[in-house]
Amino acid sequence: MRTESTSVKIPVNSKFKSYFSALYRDVKRDKALYALLILPVLYFVLFHYKPMYGLQMAFQDYSLYKGIDGSKWVGFENFRMFFESPYFLRTLKNTVLISLYQLVFAFPAPIILAVLFNEVIGKRLKKAFQTACYIPHFVSAVIVTGLVTRFCATNGIVNVIASLFGAEKQNYLTMPEYFRGIYTFMTVWQNTGFDSIIYSAALMSVDTSLYEAASIDGANKWKRMVHVTFPSILPTIVTMFIIKLGNFLNVGADNIILLYQPVTYETADTISTYIYRVGLENSQYSLAAAVGLVNGIVGLILVYVSNYVSRRVTESSLW
Amino acid sequence: MIQSKAEKTFYVINNIFLLICAVVAVYPLIYVLSASLSDPTSVAMGSIRLLPKGLNLNSYKEVINYNDGAIWVAYANTFYYVIVGTAVSLILTIFTAYPLSKKRLRGGTIITFLVAFTMWFNAGMIPTYLNYRDFHLVDTRTSILLHGAIVSFYVFMMKTFFQSIPDSLEEAAKIDGAGDIYIMLHIYLPLSASCIITIILYYLVSRWNAYLWSSILLNTESKIPLQVLLKKLVVDANWNAETAGIDSVKDYNAETLVYATMVVSIVPMLILYPFLQKYFIKGVMIGAIKG
Repeated sequence: MRTESTSVKIPVNSKFKSYFSALYRDVKRDKALYALLILPVLYFVLFHYKPMYGLQMAFQDYSLYKGIDGSKWVGFENFRMFFESPYFLRTLKNTVLISLYQLVFAFPAPIILAVLFNEVIGKRLKKAFQTACYIPHFVSAVIVTGLVTRFCATNGIVNVIASLFGAEKQNYLTMPEYFRGIYTFMTVWQNTGFDSIIYSAALMSVDTSLYEAASIDGANKWKRMVHVTFPSILPTIVTMFIIKLGNFLNVGADNIILLYQPVTYETADTISTYIYRVGLENSQYSLAAAVGLVNGIVGLILVYVSNYVSRRVTESSLW
Repeated sequence: MIQSKAEKTFYVINNIFLLICAVVAVYPLIYVLSASLSDPTSVAMGSIRLLPKGLNLNSYKEVINYNDGAIWVAYANTFYYVIVGTAVSLILTIFTAYPLSKKRLRGGTIITFLVAFTMWFNAGMIPTYLNYRDFHLVDTRTSILLHGAIVSFYVFMMKTFFQSIPDSLEEAAKIDGAGDIYIMLHIYLPLSASCIITIILYYLVSRWNAYLWSSILLNTESKIPLQVLLKKLVVDANWNAETAGIDSVKDYNAETLVYATMVVSIVPMLILYPFLQKYFIKGVMIGAIKG
């Protein structure tokens, strides 16, 4: 037994030794390259990994004055508090629903747009349409939400249009039943044009002889779209879909924080906005960190699973 | 190519549909411009449709004089954060991507993983905030420069680009006695100009539009960037519109003030727009090759 364990230990030890002596040799040879990495590594350690070390506050009754090392350990108390609170189901439901809306409406929109761009005859006209549709991507969240607030107000443009159809004037942003719809429309407006670029790029690489062959065989416009255009961008669609699935829980906190108000919390409050309120407005640091940790771990699992699926389905993966 | 009647109809409908999309995309911006140039009462009544009503430039005068020139301070802050921040980001991104692009770098995979992992998992808002607090960086300009200083995705974009440059160039330079830094500065960076410009523009736009963390980290009025000031104005204008009497025109000025500030904050982006469009498309392509 004893001899066995030492005989295992020695190679490991010498492996380490040889690795470090090789590393030492390499560092000596490529001093400059390693020197370049000092600042970035320091940055990642101090501003990304040190906060991860700080995540242990999720298991503590964290106090600012005592810090991480002095605060009392409470085990899973914060997690229990969150799961038992009414906020758990509410924020989970809203997060999942808003993400589903994104997948159903915001995901296909750029694909359709790219296909339609592709059918425009005349390079200039196509370019003009594209230039206009990309612009919203460059408008900041504050301006977009500010505009949405204005447009949805009682004297805003949305009410003007709605009143043409006989609707009563109302402030749509204060009505919970409209919040998710408004938010979805806003993200579609902001991202559809820009997100279409990736599909346009895929469409450009489609072999035009395929279209010619199809039309010789008597396929009409619609049939060519279904049998030539669509299959050729399918790999891109699948890849993008998997990336979106991996980010399922990452509903942009900043847009919702700028858009929602207490009257619409019941449909607008997501996990990330809840973390923001609890942590930064109520200073319940431990609770917020615990909710953030749950969110982060579920997100990590989603990314891992979707990447695994991607490797199986499309043979392309993120790592 | 011979077109059937049905196909012609398709092209016409397609063009009309895309025209509507283009109008929907651009209309809100035109509305902002028109509202900023209109007289406050028509804006408050909501009677602006497309063109300005009762043309006046008072709101711009007010923007300039608002709160003893708070807008200038915010503008200057934004420029500082964007210019210095983008420079810091670019330098750090190159410093990360260049060594990692060398296959011979021992330990490179560990550092690559260290960088990549932050894309999939982060500590979350509160530990990140408290970390800034521990470093006494809350309410400092430095914190804004540091937050999101290296975006991992751009590191990989650049790393992929560096790797597409043939190794033989480096070997030849090495034979001539050039060092790594010299090779990076004089061979790799000039060859990667388009990738570098793309990444500069990505950082620049996100820093220009950044709101959330600027509002979390900064408290002092004199340090806040334009977006945070704009947010305050938007909230103020809402509050005024709800509480003020209909006949007090002065309070409604808050509304045109908001629009004028929006214009002021969008204009630099629109000036850069032709470049932005070109290089952002390029960025999507570089990213697509990898993915």
